[in-house]
Amino acid sequence: MTSPLRRNGVLTSSAIDEVLIDALRKFDPRYLWHNPVLLLTEIGAVLTTCIAIAEPFVGGAQPSGGSVMPPGFTWALAIGFWLCLFAATLAESIAEGRGRSQSEWLRKAGNSIVAHRVCDYDYTKDRAARKATLEEVDSHELMPGDVVVVEAGEVIPADGEVLSGAAEIDESEFTGHAGAVIREAGGDKTAVTGGTRDLSDRLVVRISASYESSAFERTIRLASKSRRKKAPIEVAFSALIASFTLSFVLVSLTLNSVVSPVAPPVSVPILVALVVCLIPTEIAALMSVTGIAGMSQLQRRGVLVISSKSLETAGDITTILFDKTGTVTKGNRTAIAFRPLSGEDSAELMRFAALASVEDPTPEGASILRLAAESNIEPKATDTEGGHPIPFSAVSRISGIDLANGTKIRKGAASASVTWLKKVGTQPPRPVIEELQAITREIAKTGGTPLVVVLKPAHGPGRAVGVIHLQDVIKDTVPERINELRALGIRTVMVTGDHELTAKAISEEAGIDEYVGNSTPEDKLALIVREQERGHLVAMGGDGINDAPALAQADIGIAMNTATSAAKESANMIILDDDPAHLVDIVKVGRKQMATRGALLTFNLANDVVRYFTLFPALFVGVFPGLEALNVLNLHSPASAILSTVIFSSLVMIILIPLALIGVPYRSTEPRSMLNRNLLVNGFSGLLVPIIGIKLIDLVISLLPGY
Amino acid sequence: MDLFLAVTALLTLALVLAFLYRPLGDYMAWVFTSERHWRIERLLYRLSGVHPERQQSWRTYLRSIIGFSVASLVLLYAILTLQQLLPYSLGLPPMRPDLAFNTAVSFVANTNWQSYSPEQTVGYVAQMAGLTVQNFVSAAVSMAVAVALIRGIASRGGRSGLGNFWVDLVRANLRILLPLSIVAAVLLLAGGVIQNFSGFTNVESVAGITQTIPGGPVASQESIKMVGTNGGGFFNANSAHPFENPTPWTNMLEVFLLLVIPFTMPRTLGTMVGDQRAGYALLLTMAVIFVLVYVPLTGFELAGSGSAPQLAGGAMEGKEQRFGIIGSTIFATATTGTTGGAVNSMHGSYTAFGGLMLMFNMMLGEVAPGGAGSGIYALFILMVIAVFLTALLLGRSPVYLGKRLGVRELKIVSMAILVMPTLAIGGIAVCFAIPQVQAEIVSSMGNSGSHGLSELYYAFISAAINNGSAFAGLNANTPLLNIVLGVIILLGRFIPIVLVLMLAGSLAQQGKAESTLELPLHRPQFVGLLVSLIIFIAAPMFVPILLVGPFAEGFIK
Repeated sequence: MTSPLRRNGVLTSSAIDEVLIDALRKFDPRYLWHNPVLLLTEIGAVLTTCIAIAEPFVGGAQPSGGSVMPPGFTWALAIGFWLCLFAATLAESIAEGRGRSQSEWLRKAGNSIVAHRVCDYDYTKDRAARKATLEEVDSHELMPGDVVVVEAGEVIPADGEVLSGAAEIDESEFTGHAGAVIREAGGDKTAVTGGTRDLSDRLVVRISASYESSAFERTIRLASKSRRKKAPIEVAFSALIASFTLSFVLVSLTLNSVVSPVAPPVSVPILVALVVCLIPTEIAALMSVTGIAGMSQLQRRGVLVISSKSLETAGDITTILFDKTGTVTKGNRTAIAFRPLSGEDSAELMRFAALASVEDPTPEGASILRLAAESNIEPKATDTEGGHPIPFSAVSRISGIDLANGTKIRKGAASASVTWLKKVGTQPPRPVIEELQAITREIAKTGGTPLVVVLKPAHGPGRAVGVIHLQDVIKDTVPERINELRALGIRTVMVTGDHELTAKAISEEAGIDEYVGNSTPEDKLALIVREQERGHLVAMGGDGINDAPALAQADIGIAMNTATSAAKESANMIILDDDPAHLVDIVKVGRKQMATRGALLTFNLANDVVRYFTLFPALFVGVFPGLEALNVLNLHSPASAILSTVIFSSLVMIILIPLALIGVPYRSTEPRSMLNRNLLVNGFSGLLVPIIGIKLIDLVISLLPGY
Repeated sequence: MDLFLAVTALLTLALVLAFLYRPLGDYMAWVFTSERHWRIERLLYRLSGVHPERQQSWRTYLRSIIGFSVASLVLLYAILTLQQLLPYSLGLPPMRPDLAFNTAVSFVANTNWQSYSPEQTVGYVAQMAGLTVQNFVSAAVSMAVAVALIRGIASRGGRSGLGNFWVDLVRANLRILLPLSIVAAVLLLAGGVIQNFSGFTNVESVAGITQTIPGGPVASQESIKMVGTNGGGFFNANSAHPFENPTPWTNMLEVFLLLVIPFTMPRTLGTMVGDQRAGYALLLTMAVIFVLVYVPLTGFELAGSGSAPQLAGGAMEGKEQRFGIIGSTIFATATTGTTGGAVNSMHGSYTAFGGLMLMFNMMLGEVAPGGAGSGIYALFILMVIAVFLTALLLGRSPVYLGKRLGVRELKIVSMAILVMPTLAIGGIAVCFAIPQVQAEIVSSMGNSGSHGLSELYYAFISAAINNGSAFAGLNANTPLLNIVLGVIILLGRFIPIVLVLMLAGSLAQQGKAESTLELPLHRPQFVGLLVSLIIFIAAPMFVPILLVGPFAEGFIK
């Protein structure tokens, strides 16, 4: 049992004891109450044990259906039923243990972290919190909005955003990827996860989620079944299982009455055996295992599944909507060219652009400085001394600097720049505006973003100098994954607030099926609703605050780890390493989980067919010797046939645990051949395994005296 | 020779049904979708105060069905208990209340379990105005439920309802059942089935004994008895009686009439939902199960062990010489595979394994091809489970014809598959658990031991699935059995109807669902899976009674 589990990393040897004990703990009827099929098995086991204890006092085992049962038969059955129950609870324990062990370290760390909270944090005056007083608090007491300082080597106490500083963070325990990642203030890499370790530098972090609601803690909770909500297919499954279970219970309860005119009654332990062997115990026990297994498979690949329901939906997704920035493209755009307007000097443009970017903390700003430096244009510290930086705001959509000499420099979107010029009293002449428009359109067509540089000297009119060409960089893995998604039958749509032409260029380069440019957050939401009304199941990948409503509306909201906390809160899944390649994994794991359930059901149904033949003829062969003709496996005796079937039922569950955890391979092959293969493999093995298994057990049992 | 005959009989049927599949299926689809009302229909609506354009939700549709059925029940019960007041009562006394209850229930429920011997119990007006009318309308109710379900599947969401029950009822009768049975009656008349009002004729036989020969309007009832998959014969001997079924070719005609509506219903579904392949898959499933029953049944009867069967060339006991083994087995397969229940041979006299096949055919849930209407809705219920499994194996959640089969659908289906077995097995178990009741029932059995039990099991299954045929031998006309079986018939009819309409309502609400994959639900492997599942679902509940009944009898050493 242990070798396949160990080999697949299911369990470490130290965890095995714990899992075994946990499995026994699950015998508690209050726990089994939520899983009626297992509860029924337990009731049967208790009943049979009581009968076994009572038997010596009432004159030995009762004959059943005209056959005399061998000594110790009732005890053997009782032990068999307990084994069946144990195998079932073991399955759940293993799955839960697996989910737990992955997050155990954090739990330990989470208990002992001391956080350094900043008192009276002032963002504008003391961003790095060097002068502020720090107080030590328990990480569990941190509230959203608190600001903490994390020194190199410390563990980050809770989810949050970096306000100041940059550091290498080890997220490997969390994402499963070796190697550190950079997290820094400004730009799109501000999000840090509680429980990860700061390897290099001092950081100031604003906490975005309390310990209880942190993404990690929620996963831990999901991993333990008590808080896990049943997903729709699981509920549908439960209905079907309940129906099958009821029918077998009904058969057993009515059996003696129905045959009473011609046959003596079948004994209670054997009626219990009928129920325990035929009800779908395997499926009832393994259903939750497949759910947990799917989630931990994704987690090992670096995707945090917050709702188990969404994983089930994942396999059915027909449309995926991407937000452009951060999902399709790397969040930071890079400056690749300066385009001076006619009559302007290229070096001048570079110098102004660089000046405007010196105080700009964003990666775009840094890339502008880099590009200017390549042409040996580097602003001196004296140039900007005494200047007043103007940070970017969503309202003005423009940023820059007011120099000490009175010159104001701005860079921003074309329309915003023109508006600013008008505001400072300059109406740019028509030819200039036309030229600006021509250049910006040209840049947008290639998927770039134009940034217009304008300035207003202390004296004299303002003017436009030129355009900075920022280029979106598509993430390396994107085009390949888009193709894979297409192979999975999924339509991809990119939505962005960028210019239509930019959207077109980027989506063409990435191979995305459709694009929507110039869209507001409301447009994204409306697009999702429209798709859903047409019967599509929509996944949405996004990271901005603006994406939150869309993420919540989508059937699955997938946020990148660098996303704002609002977006993460609305999402069902978080891609921890920001690699959109995992979208393919999510869909595949979703489908694989379904296919595994289908395989288990098929296997179980085929199993039952064999069990009819081993159980039912044995019931009445004592009265109707002719029924021996139906004993197709030629089992040794009625008692042996029944006992072998019971023992087989407990063993088969243990065989199935690794299958449920690992899942059946999902290949995106042609559906007909996939159906054929799954039906044949599971149907035939479902017939063959019990035929061989029960026969072998019967051969062993037949050696016992009396059987 | 037998083999040739067996194959020819099957192929002839298949050919004629295949020929009618498209035109009749499409005709029925037109009947239920046409916007135009016939003048006589409009007159009927006006007289009864029905608004034919009003769409009904599943609840309203169900309420209409229940209301109509209760009214039918009361009316029929009154006719039967007051028949001495009616003309052409042939001087027969009123029916006993328990028998009248059983009879009324079983005709309203399209079952036609006949505890009584008709020629000795009911007069002509009761036969025609009571029983024959129910033969029409109960079949029409089944068809209406099926059509409501199909509309649910075909709907594209929004506020569309399931149609209007009263319109469906009227059209099924006027446009489908009536024309078909008129044509059938004429054909039967040509074949020698009688149609008169001459009561009983006394004749002196060649041997010098005086015989009383019953007459009556047989052909008119015989045709709808088959077309509406009712099965209630004019005579006790049912289609074994020479006045009901005189020749081998009327025999084949009657088999054909039983099968014609249920076997063409899949086309109606295909046309109404706009996907013929869905219809073919259902048709193929019905046909496969039909053959799976017919072939071994015929084999067992031809091979019947013992010296008498060997001399006769087959197990001829209880079978009519003019039909032979093949004419009997094909009729029996058709009658147990539909909710027909007419018989042309005594099922209790079949070989043990032959009898087993007949019981088994009913246990599958009457889907091969099932009753007029009830066949397709019973099959659809089972198919939902097969679609569920197929989708899972392909890694998706189930979508059928653009409808997502979710939690609600699966819950309904899970309940529905329990109804028939619970009624049959539960009914037997409860009766046998009470010693006095068990004693009374055992005394009603015509045989002792396993064969006697088979008679009883057969009766309960036949009632629960609304078949109406009997294994013979059992005297079911006791107050106890009349009432118990009557109640089972009633529940076996209406619980599934409630669940099917719930399912229809649930499907109708949904808009069209998109999927990345069209499930291969029209492929042979799906049909194979569906057939296996149907057998799998039926088997566990019935294995015990099959073991101590027919198996124990057949394996006697």
